[in-house]
Amino acid sequence: MSETVMRATGLVKEFGGGGLRRRRPFRAVDDVSFAIPRGQTLALVGESGSGKSTTARMAAHLVEPTAGRIELEGEDVTRLRAEALARFRSRVQVVFQDPFSSLNPRHSVEQIVTAPLRYQGRRVPGGERAFTRALMERVGLDPDHSRRLPRQFSGGQAQRIGIARALAVDPSVVICDEAVSALDVSVQAQVIELLVRLQAEQQLSYLFIAHDLAVVRQIAQQVAVMSQGRVVESGPREQVFDAPQHEYTRALLGAVPRIPAEWDAARRAMVEQQTVQEEMA
Amino acid sequence: MTALLDVRDLTVAFETPRGRTEVVRDVSFELAPGASLGIVGESGSGKSMTSLAVMDLLPPGATRRGSIRLAGTELTTLPPREMRKVRGARVAMIFQDPLSCLNPYYTVGLQISEAYRAHRPRATRREARRAAVEAMERVHIPHAAERVDHYPHQFSGGMRQRVMIAMALSGEPELLIADEPTTALDVTVQKQILDLIAEIRRDTGAGLVMITHDLAVVSEIADDVLVMQHGDVVEQGGAEQVFSRPRHPYTRRLLEAVPRIDDPLVGPGGAR
Repeated sequence: MSETVMRATGLVKEFGGGGLRRRRPFRAVDDVSFAIPRGQTLALVGESGSGKSTTARMAAHLVEPTAGRIELEGEDVTRLRAEALARFRSRVQVVFQDPFSSLNPRHSVEQIVTAPLRYQGRRVPGGERAFTRALMERVGLDPDHSRRLPRQFSGGQAQRIGIARALAVDPSVVICDEAVSALDVSVQAQVIELLVRLQAEQQLSYLFIAHDLAVVRQIAQQVAVMSQGRVVESGPREQVFDAPQHEYTRALLGAVPRIPAEWDAARRAMVEQQTVQEEMA
Repeated sequence: MTALLDVRDLTVAFETPRGRTEVVRDVSFELAPGASLGIVGESGSGKSMTSLAVMDLLPPGATRRGSIRLAGTELTTLPPREMRKVRGARVAMIFQDPLSCLNPYYTVGLQISEAYRAHRPRATRREARRAAVEAMERVHIPHAAERVDHYPHQFSGGMRQRVMIAMALSGEPELLIADEPTTALDVTVQKQILDLIAEIRRDTGAGLVMITHDLAVVSEIADDVLVMQHGDVVEQGGAEQVFSRPRHPYTRRLLEAVPRIDDPLVGPGGAR
């Protein structure tokens, strides 16, 4: 087993409660533990209300856990203040679902992707222009568009800007919160491919939050299935998908709509045959 | 046999101060009685505009051209009064977001009753209420007799979609048009709603036009498939033909891009 880059132990998040009527708080996340191996992807899957997004937000330090512990590269990062938080943000970044609402509409790509470094008071290596161009190239965007605004890009391209911004600080963990869910299927496939390539290039670790099991199966080596605030099943992808133990996991997998396998087989055979014919011609 | 729905050369355009933009171009298709058609495409393909044009529910500024016949009756030249009778009574529509289609101030029972009475002017309140309970039972809402007095916010997303379907069925339509009816729902709830739609079609013989971006959903419910891109139909045919022998490069790309839950896994990284 490879080294663990991020570990969460017994995470709990409660909302509301207390007040004059002493209402019981709502427990959105209830005793969740996970470990992300370096250079790999751990997916948290579940339906709405399962607590997967709240768990991601705790891991990203966007909400504070009610209880539990988060470690990053062996260091306790559960509670952080000012300076320590800035250092944390240079190691853990987030890519959100809706690229347009998470990118400042008045800022150019250059301003957007260099912002994390500026906030952390760090120098932009090689100057802002060259730095931005290099980043844009890495995520498959035209570097000549570095002065453009988010609205001048398509949804898929805007999500690449979000990924570029996350990569600007050279993080070890990137938390993808439904990062490909809003994209059209052909664009989604390209962004998944990009995430996989970037991971291979620089040992990135992903915490990948998604409700789409087929997408998760493509990208994650480790999978944790969440339901009602708890992890009901977790393990390597092959185990969770091919031999699910928990009834809920089975129900979830059983409900996924499927293109008939024989139609897929026929299509692939046809495409292959045509490719061979074209090569012969 | 006369087609249940026969759409010929349908074009939808928006007139803007800067000129005319066509969002649907020369779309033609036929739906046999009781059959199902899936209209698939990505965002901006014109698939939703096509279905809204059939219902004469296009947003302001949009114009349509072409012929739309429902069991032989031309809909494009019907006076608005007559078209209102067609909507709901003969053709019913189910949308993606039931919450925006339900009035939050009225109980679901009242709203289903109103839909029922709209098609049966002579029905009494009591009859309509009884029909509402029956309609809710038919779409498998548990404890329908109590739930009939609840408000939309007291229902989950899946249950709200069932309420919408109950309302849609109140006029006993020959044709259901469903625009991304399960897109906002969790996968287990999606399956329940798709099963419900299939059950209703079996029981009533209603035809179905389903608009969706999800190719796997289409493969499970549609007899025929229409693939749209940028307002054009790029491919159409029987579902098996389109899925197993796609001709248009766009259809092929789309089918290639859909992640499969059952495909063999390749490499440690996962993605192919």
